[in-house]
Amino acid sequence: MKQQLENIRQQALASLDAATTPAELEELRVKWLGKKGELTAVLKMMGKLSPEERPIMGQMANSVRAEIEEKLDVAKSAIGAKVLQAKLAAEAIDVTIPGEEVTLGHQHPMNMVLQQVKDIFVGLGYTVVDGPEVELASYNFTRLNIEEGHPSRDRSDTFYFTDDDSIMLRTQTSPMQIRFMEEHKPPLCMLAPGRVFRKDEADATHSPMFHQIEGLVVDEHITMGDLKGALVAIMKQIYGEDSVMRFRPHHFPFTEPSCEMDMQCHKCHGTGEVDGQVCSTCHGEGWIELLGAGMVHPEVLRNCGIDPEKYSGFAFGMGLERMAMGRMRINDLRLIFDNDVRFLNQF
Amino acid sequence: MKLNRKWLHEEFVDLSHISDKEYVEKLTVFGQKVETWERMDAEIKNVIVGKVLSIVRHENSDHMWVCQIDVGQEEPVQIVTGAQNVNQGDLVPVAMHNSWLPGGVHITKGKLRGVVSNGMLCGLEELGLSQNDFPYAITDGIFILQEDCKIGDDINTVIGNDDTIVDFEITNNRPDCYSIIGLARESAAAFGMEMKHHEPVVKGSDAGSIFEKLDVEVPAENLCNRYSSRMVANVKIAPSPKWLRQRLRANGVRPINNIVDITNYVMLEYGQPMHAFDYRYVSSGKIVVREAQAGETLTTLDGNIRNLKPGMLVIADETKPIGLAGIMGGENSEIMDDTTTVVFESANFNGTSIRQTALALGMRTESSGKFEKNLDPMMTVPAVQRACELVELLGCGDVLDGIIDIINYVPEAKTLPLECDKINRLLGTEISKEDMIKYLNLLEIEVEGDTIKVPSFRPDLNLMADVAEEVGRSYGYNVIPTTAFKTSTQGGYSPYMIAENQAGQLCRSLGYNEIITYSFVSPAIFDQIRLPGDSPLRNTLKIQNPLGEDTSIMRTIALPSMLDILSRNFAYHNKAVKLYELAKIYLPVADQVLPQEPKMLVLGTYGAGETFFTLKGELEAVLQGLNMPKPSYEADTNNPSYHPGRCAKVSVSGVELGYMGQVHPLVAENYGIDTEVYCVEIDFTKLFTLRLPDRTYVPLPKYQAVSRDLSFVCDEAVTVAQAEAIITAAAGKLLRGVKLFDIYRGTGIPEGKKSMAFSMELRADDRTLTDADSEGVVNKVLQALQAGLNAVLR
Repeated sequence: MKQQLENIRQQALASLDAATTPAELEELRVKWLGKKGELTAVLKMMGKLSPEERPIMGQMANSVRAEIEEKLDVAKSAIGAKVLQAKLAAEAIDVTIPGEEVTLGHQHPMNMVLQQVKDIFVGLGYTVVDGPEVELASYNFTRLNIEEGHPSRDRSDTFYFTDDDSIMLRTQTSPMQIRFMEEHKPPLCMLAPGRVFRKDEADATHSPMFHQIEGLVVDEHITMGDLKGALVAIMKQIYGEDSVMRFRPHHFPFTEPSCEMDMQCHKCHGTGEVDGQVCSTCHGEGWIELLGAGMVHPEVLRNCGIDPEKYSGFAFGMGLERMAMGRMRINDLRLIFDNDVRFLNQF
Repeated sequence: MKLNRKWLHEEFVDLSHISDKEYVEKLTVFGQKVETWERMDAEIKNVIVGKVLSIVRHENSDHMWVCQIDVGQEEPVQIVTGAQNVNQGDLVPVAMHNSWLPGGVHITKGKLRGVVSNGMLCGLEELGLSQNDFPYAITDGIFILQEDCKIGDDINTVIGNDDTIVDFEITNNRPDCYSIIGLARESAAAFGMEMKHHEPVVKGSDAGSIFEKLDVEVPAENLCNRYSSRMVANVKIAPSPKWLRQRLRANGVRPINNIVDITNYVMLEYGQPMHAFDYRYVSSGKIVVREAQAGETLTTLDGNIRNLKPGMLVIADETKPIGLAGIMGGENSEIMDDTTTVVFESANFNGTSIRQTALALGMRTESSGKFEKNLDPMMTVPAVQRACELVELLGCGDVLDGIIDIINYVPEAKTLPLECDKINRLLGTEISKEDMIKYLNLLEIEVEGDTIKVPSFRPDLNLMADVAEEVGRSYGYNVIPTTAFKTSTQGGYSPYMIAENQAGQLCRSLGYNEIITYSFVSPAIFDQIRLPGDSPLRNTLKIQNPLGEDTSIMRTIALPSMLDILSRNFAYHNKAVKLYELAKIYLPVADQVLPQEPKMLVLGTYGAGETFFTLKGELEAVLQGLNMPKPSYEADTNNPSYHPGRCAKVSVSGVELGYMGQVHPLVAENYGIDTEVYCVEIDFTKLFTLRLPDRTYVPLPKYQAVSRDLSFVCDEAVTVAQAEAIITAAAGKLLRGVKLFDIYRGTGIPEGKKSMAFSMELRADDRTLTDADSEGVVNKVLQALQAGLNAVLR
């Protein structure tokens, strides 16, 4: 009997080693360990053994069973792994085949830039506001110190709806300064982006409709140094920390002192030349004009019921198209309003 | 405003040690922005003075000559010329081998009919000159030099090209800078130097007095602030001397003759436009400055006949206009070669009037451009004095005694307090009073104690802030320390702006590209979208002075702008297009001055796979994303812009928001789109007010839902919305959702009928539903459908 058990052990282990599929394994399990299996058959003969032999043989039979079972488990997981591996190998795909197409729409490049600019200002405590595009001449001109007879009021420059030139399409976002100061008292920080209109035929650099971003800060003790500090910090966020800025005196009727802010041309680094040729980005100037700004004119503050002896402030305005065109290297303003999807899809 | 640096250096302030680049940068940051600048000699290279040693006929030509030219090199150079005015011993401009002439002309050696020519002899035109610049030269031949020059000299030096022209952008508030003197003042101050001034001195003559010959009247008091005049007799018209011609040429003014050149020279130098009349043609010796009368005409110096209107200011004599005040003189009183007596006019006209007249007549001139800035009325007398001084300097006439000077308006002398503390507080600086006074003095603004005496040429200085700008720019804008202010304001977007942003993001996530279109449109759009003649949308704001008919009214509807862009993309052969815009429209409101400006959300699409229902699904997604209540749809067969069978009116909470559907094929045709086009137009401003409150948590269901499908046959006319309404009402509170999943027509379904299949989701909150529960609901629903729609279970 001992010999029989030993034979079963050896044969079973050998047969398990040779098995290659889960089905074979199952077959072998039944063959060796099943109710009608060989080990069971041997155990059935236990009754014929002497009481002394019985526990010894019993122990041996159990150890053979345990050994076979253990071997069966090992073989099972080995074969399972192989099968899985084969399955996965069969399921392999060409991962370079294109994915199912999902078309995402694109934000208009100009609004993309506007959104970035707005977010920056909002983070600095500015309130974003919108206002009427059909505007009163008193807001667009008179209360901004632009007197009757000023060239910008000419019908060759400004669109009017009435014979008396009192209702018009705003030519700038600056009337939002007045509207905001009428409704809010200092301290105030406002950003007013929007459409403006001037009587220019559309060409590569002109459009009868374009966009400006107006900013206004009024509080006690606001200085020109604050104007510089704020605008430099913001423009560096937009154009990069290493950009170089400068301020130049300029004239606007509703700010005094007034200035324009330039950024050194990033292409020629202010030299105006690239490889001996006139720089195409700044047209040889070495600088790119970013915006107009200034300290709010005392008369404008007074027009809005704010005491210029107590409060001061700064205002600024920038052209959105120019900014978007500069950043995205768009060379023709007409592309912006043409809305060709081949253009829009680029952004 | 142009300035040639040599004039500046020679007469006012010598900055010749400063490079062009440094000068330009300094003036720009000082507040006089340089638009462009160029060396006058940039275009001409390697052209030198040569002397003709010999000249012989070309052996193969009857009109060409072969010259040996001494150019100061060891050997003379041989040059072939076709000109006929060259003689032995002449000094001529020689464009050598490898030389450059204006317009990018490159001269190299070559052969002319077999004879070697090592360059070219130049005429005036080839050097960018005209006979006005060098009156002694001829136009159809070589420029035979009569200048003080020697062999080998660079021609640029000989003709005065050794100079730099700087073109300044002058701001509106600085009319004084439209003059060489004004720019000299700025230049000197920018470099901290003092400029030289010259007081014109007129010696006078014994030719009599102006008062015996001329009478000036100014009835148009409001349009003419000042009229100053002097006369010159025994005039000898001739070309001006070279120095004067050269300064004119450098500044882009064509030299004509001594008298005209003097008026132009003074205009450049002082910024005061002047005019010279031929006294012979001033009828009765009387000048009247008045408004034109209706029907009057004047032939101006450029030969054009001008139709004048009241409101336009003219210079007239006793009977007729002889000049258009401040803009251009009349042909009838022009200075001619035989002019003997001249009236100089140095006047100050109302800027707005001059600008409007120039605009109305379409003739903006150098002079009108200056007047429209409102010039200093104190300048008329020094200018006319300077003109007379130049007459005497050039020896071209005898100045009569006396000045006629009619004054209607001169500004009062103005003073301002020098408020150093306030200035420093505004600028954020600590500039000393001494420095402030120094800066102001350099700008020729006098300060006495704490009082600033504002000069008449600076009408822009009216308050502390104006003075602060002068101090600030002198100190240097870029030197002012940058500081960071602290605000206590809380910035942000309004909820409406956030919603707009969300809408844009939702549209883009569905594949729609954003577009930006003009606010003004053509009145033709209403017919293009087939809007009835009496539609209230045709009541628009009309621009009185539009660029063109196409952009003449403010849109009251945004659909045409979308169709316009779809049409353009269709023309570009873009196959599938999905676009959206948040577009303002402009609606006139009775009794209100300004219109309403609500925003419309417009979606437009064409291309394979686009249907009414794809668009509807996308619209629903957008509305859901915006937290809107479920919209309802009602077929609208009467919207003329849409397909009568494929148009829905969209409402939310009973409020109409707009339309969606297939654009009417005739409208699509009007826009040249030869395929199905689908659009949505929704009033976004209104939509925003209808949003649901922010969501709160609803407990998740504890018990399983069961699903019951039912399909039934009904009349073709029955709508899904009708069926849904009945199902919802009949099913009661166990119903958690109902969804159409099929509509079938064909085999097994009678003509005029259709089968609809809905799936109902049923659930209770407190127990698992039994079969009996759901059967009960299904039966109730079927009965209701039968009763309401005559529908039978299929």
